This record gives sequence, structure tokens and C-alpha cells, in this order.
Amino acid sequence: MPETDQNSGAPPIAVAMSGGVDSSTVAALLVRHGKRVVGLTMQLWNQRRLPELAADGATGRCCSIDDVYDARRVAEQIGIPYYVVNFERQFEERVVKPFVAEYLAGRTPIPCTLCNNYIKFDRFLEMADAVGAWQVATGHYARVRFDEASGRYQLLRAVDAAKDQTYFLFGLTQAQLARTLFPLGEMAKPSVRELARGFDLAVAEKGDSQEICFVPNGDYAAFLSAYLKETGVEEPRTRGPIVTSDGRALGEHQGVHHFTVGQRRGLGIATGEPLYVIRTDAATQCVTVGGDEELRCGRLFARDVNWVSIAAPVGPVAAAVKIRNKHHAAPATLCPTGELERVEVVFDEPQRAVTPGQAAVFYDGDLVLGGGWIE
Amino acid sequence: METLIACLDQVYGNASSIHQFGQAAKRRLEAARRQVAALIHADAAEVVFTCGGTEADNLAVLGAVRAGRYPDPGLSKHVITSAIEHPAVLSACGQLEREGVAVTRLRVGSAGVVNPDDVRAALRPETVLISVMHANNELGTIQPIVEIGRIARQAVVPLHVDGVQALGKIPVDVTALGADLYSMSAHKLYAPKGVGALYVRKGTRLEPVMFGGHQERERRPGTENVPGAVAFGAAAEMVGRNLAADAERMGGLRDRFENAVLGRISGARINGARWGRLPNTSSLHIDGVDGEALVIALDLRGFAVSTGAACSSGAIAPSHVLTAIGLGADGARSSLRVSLGRANTAAGVDALAEALEASVAHLRRISVHA
Repeated sequence: MPETDQNSGAPPIAVAMSGGVDSSTVAALLVRHGKRVVGLTMQLWNQRRLPELAADGATGRCCSIDDVYDARRVAEQIGIPYYVVNFERQFEERVVKPFVAEYLAGRTPIPCTLCNNYIKFDRFLEMADAVGAWQVATGHYARVRFDEASGRYQLLRAVDAAKDQTYFLFGLTQAQLARTLFPLGEMAKPSVRELARGFDLAVAEKGDSQEICFVPNGDYAAFLSAYLKETGVEEPRTRGPIVTSDGRALGEHQGVHHFTVGQRRGLGIATGEPLYVIRTDAATQCVTVGGDEELRCGRLFARDVNWVSIAAPVGPVAAAVKIRNKHHAAPATLCPTGELERVEVVFDEPQRAVTPGQAAVFYDGDLVLGGGWIE
Repeated sequence: METLIACLDQVYGNASSIHQFGQAAKRRLEAARRQVAALIHADAAEVVFTCGGTEADNLAVLGAVRAGRYPDPGLSKHVITSAIEHPAVLSACGQLEREGVAVTRLRVGSAGVVNPDDVRAALRPETVLISVMHANNELGTIQPIVEIGRIARQAVVPLHVDGVQALGKIPVDVTALGADLYSMSAHKLYAPKGVGALYVRKGTRLEPVMFGGHQERERRPGTENVPGAVAFGAAAEMVGRNLAADAERMGGLRDRFENAVLGRISGARINGARWGRLPNTSSLHIDGVDGEALVIALDLRGFAVSTGAACSSGAIAPSHVLTAIGLGADGARSSLRVSLGRANTAAGVDALAEALEASVAHLRRISVHA
């Protein structure tokens, strides 16, 4: 590591350090480029809560002592000041509670986007500002650039398509993007690991993080039960019928929050042809199932739309729209509805499993035009 | 420091060994015990060395309660403590609770001082221990130990006093205080971390909490940390010599700092009683400012201050002491703790007040609310 004057007068860059290989490499890279850096780890969730979920070998445990230890060790190694900041309260209010409420409402939420919007690029930016840092850098795989012509900050897909995280970043505002650096956006994951090895970082071989960090083993139903129990909220009566779209009752289930649109396994029904969840209804606790053809949908409405790389359009716009993280963006037309922040998406071809609660993110090639939440 | 290095170099005997190297170590250990005892006006035989203040607190609370006797063995034992104790005492009490002991945690008012009448009112026939700290570590507020000691003696209940924060800042006379057990930590006297002691008045019933060899009169097994104890002893002697002068100087600096802050920062006030405090401690509440951001901003400017209580990760949780004096979680988050030490100067506290003013103004400008 070359000598960097960490006490020079330039305002530091605040790096969000999770203890993983990506954000550690970001911090090391910035130091290598002579930047003054402050490392901050966000403590988001207290792992001692909900001890019944702490099974042996549980994965996806965010904010564990081990991760903080790793981040601290990297900070020491590259010689930057390092702090852990406590955002547990904000995380619970802005991410965990909406996550629980969405599931109970029969939708399939994406807590990572809420976390990006309200914690990582909101509260974290505030904290960075508070400690004298204007810019922040994270280990996200995405690219930001300033477009002279439109005067806007644009968000672009990462060069490494497999790692691209723009699906979770559509909520970023111009003010947030103006202060954000994504140094890994131009890199492929293997070269990030290579860099980490080159910096001799102890986390170079650490595994990638899990999908939903505060839900051990991805068992969100168990998390929901434990969380409701801990907060003293009675679990809503959740048993209900499993029916076909023409009203035939096929069986019973233990709660709509166990189901997500497009799900095939776990229905507990044996029939000839494969059955999928078509929709769930929290009000009636009804889970509707049907064949693959019923799963297809040609249009959707997106609410709370945020326009990123372009200003809100006045007429229809052609775009490729991604309706879940692993979805291949499909050609569609974005139609303004007359309501601000509400857009109708009309696909060229019907799409499988349009799932309320997930995000619809609009692309033009690599450019993220914007996105919203599927109604 | 010189004492410690000399000791690490020369005293490698095991203080429990019969040979001459061991005897040399034993002599150093016992001299240190006399030095520590002198600082609290106790007999050397009443001082048990531990690995620090936390162990002293655990030994006192767990050991005294487990050894405690009372008339009706049919009832569960009872402990009286306060809501503003250090976690070493509160968590030990929590453990006793899980073992079936009843615990009363006395509430305190906004002054951060335990009311002796509340101690009297909480007494039960099955009370086997009263544990109240000498001075609070966050507020610096000195507790009415003499009055509580009188109540304890009348009730024939042993009194444990956690003196970790008070020792070296104010005079300590365990007999005048009426303490039967008194916890101490060496590093608060500028000795190395990892050494402490528990004063155990002769005749106080105490069970060990660890089991092993016969060291420390069968109260604390394990090979003695001779270099640590020797450094503790040297520090105790030095602190005892300069106590009054240091306290006066430190109190002057603290008041200078607080007056500057109260005069220059709107919405700033002192947490807890302003009078009857340790001379080096200042807990401030600054309206609407996030203490965590403030601590980091000040650290980056070269000032080491603190807020709340550190979690295992190093993140900050709202302090139980500040919530106990009625600040609420938000008020606790808007607080800052400044501890002054021997090395601080008037110029240093002036610079801190100035940096604090600038940081608070910046935080308010960008409106980072707690």
C-alpha cells in the first residue's frame, strides 16, 4: 500500500464498508489512488434479537461481529480512520417494518431497495456529510456519469452484467447520485478479487453476501413470525383456501405470506399439470393457482416512479423493463398515466409472474431510465 | 510505566512458588497490595487483586449474594441496586435474576443521584446485598454512599460500592463510607489495563466465583499478575499524593470547558446534577444533534470524546444511564461525554469547545437529527 496522507486537508470520501470483499476493495483502491478515506460500517440489525432464528450454520446474517471485525481489520491495514455507525432504529422503521407489512399485505417486497433509498444513500450520506465527507463510495456494481447535455447524473448498468445491481438502485435521486462513487462499476468480479489479493486483504476470498441480509437462511416466513412475536403483534389469521381462477377449491394453506407469484413448489397439491401461484389476496387470504399460461401478463402499473437518467417523459417511451432481479429486461412501452409518479408498462410480449411489491426498472440499453413499484 | 517495565524485566518468579524468585515476586505483590490498600484506607489483607473492575464487580455481587444468609430460606434472596450502575453490576444482577434472585433497581431522578430513602424503603428481610456505585461513570454524579452505608449497617446487609470511576478522582475511605466491598480498576489511575482489585472488609461473607488454586486468600484463584499489581500499586501511591491538587486543576478545566459550551452553544445543557460530581467528567446534552455524528466528527479533528454505550460491534446504543435520568432515547442520542485527564490543558479544552461549537453548527446546518 503506498503512503497516503490521511491527514491532508482534502475532505475525505466516506466508504460504506460491510466487511466483504467488494467494499473492502473500494476502500483500498481509493487509498491507492491517494484519496483521503473514512471507513464507516452501518450497524443495521441486532443479531441478538430473534434468537430463535439463530440456528447453527445460519447464513445471511448481516452486521455480525465477524463482518465488523473484518471491516475494521481492512481499515487498519490500509491505514484509514474507521467507525461503526448505528442505524438500527432507521433500518427497522424504513426497511424491516415495511418488509413485514408488505408480506402481510400479500406482496413480495424488496428490502434491499428500501435500504438503498432510505439508509445507504440517505442516512449514510447525511452521516458522511456530518463527519465532513462530501462524497461516498460503495461496493455496488453500477456506474454513475454526469451527462452534460441533459445536466443529469445518469445511472448505468455495471460492466459485469452478472453482478449488476442497478435493479436495486432505481430509487436514487439526482442529489444522491451527485455525491456517489461506484468504483467497481467498470470491473468484473474476478478482477475485484484479484485486486483484493493484490492489496493482500484478508477478505479477498470471502464469500458473496446473501440476498436478504437480516433474514437467516432466506426463511422470511420464520423471520416474520419471530418478528411479530417479539414486537407483540398478534400474527394475523392467515389460513385460507387455495383456489383456481375459476373458483374450484383445491386445498388450504397457512398464510398468503408463504406464497409469491410464480411459485410452484410448496403448494401441497398433487395435480396432473404443474400449478403456479397466480396471485395472493391478503384481504380474503385467498391463494389463486393456475397453469403456466395464466401466469403471463401483458401490462402492469408501477407506482412511486423515480426517474433517474431522464426527466419524467410527457409521452410514451420505449424501454426494456426488468420486473425482478433475475428477469431478463423485456421490451415494453412506458405510458404516462396522468398521475404523477405512476406509469403503465405495456410489454411487447406478455411476461411471466408479474409480482406486486417487486420493482419494475426501466432501461435503455445500459442506461437506467427509472423505476417504480409494481402495484 | 517505568515500574511496569522494570517489573516485567526482573520479576519473573511465580508469587506462589517457594523458591527465591517466587519470594521476590511475592514481596513485590504484597508491597503493591499495601499501596492500593493505603489509597482507600484499608488493611492490605482486605485487598483482593482481580483482572479488572468488571471482575471485581462480578466477584462482589455474585460472591456476596451466593454467600448471603437471611432468616427465611423459603424466600428468594433479594438484591438492591440502582438503574445507573455500570453494566458489570447490572449484568451480574441480571444473571442472579435468572438464577432466581429478586433484584430491585432503584430509579433515580434527573439529577442522577440515588435517594437513600429509596434504599431504606426497598429493604426486605431477605435482602442480602446493596450495590450502589460511588460515582456514576457517565454523569460523574457522586452517590450518597455514607447515608446508604448507615442504612445498610442498621439492616445488617453488606454494601458493595463500585468505585471504579471514583478512585483517584476523589478521596476514598472505605470505613468512613461504610462499604463492605469496594471495586477498583487500575487503568483509571493510568496503570495498565487488565488489573483491578476488590476491597473485602474483614468478616464479609464472600464466595469465590472462579475455582482453582489458593491465591488471594482463596478468593481469586489464578497465578497473580505481579507486574500489573505492582504498576497498580505504584499508580495508587502517585495518585494518592496528588489527589487534591489534581482534582482542583481538573475541576477548573472542566468548568472552563462547560462554561464555554453553555455560553456559546444554544440548546446545550449538563446532564445530571452539576454539583457533587467527579471533577473530570462532563455529560452534555445538545438539542437536536446526533451524538454519534458529533463523536466521529470530533475524533477526525483529533478530539477523543464519547457518547452512549459501545455495542459489541463498536456501534453506539443509547445509554441506559441517560435514559434512566429521563432523557428518553432521543435525548440520550443527543448527548456527549467528555472525560478530562492529567494530560489535558486549558488550551486543549478551549480548542475542544471551539471544535464542538463548529461541529454542532455544521450538523445543525445539514440538519442531521438524532
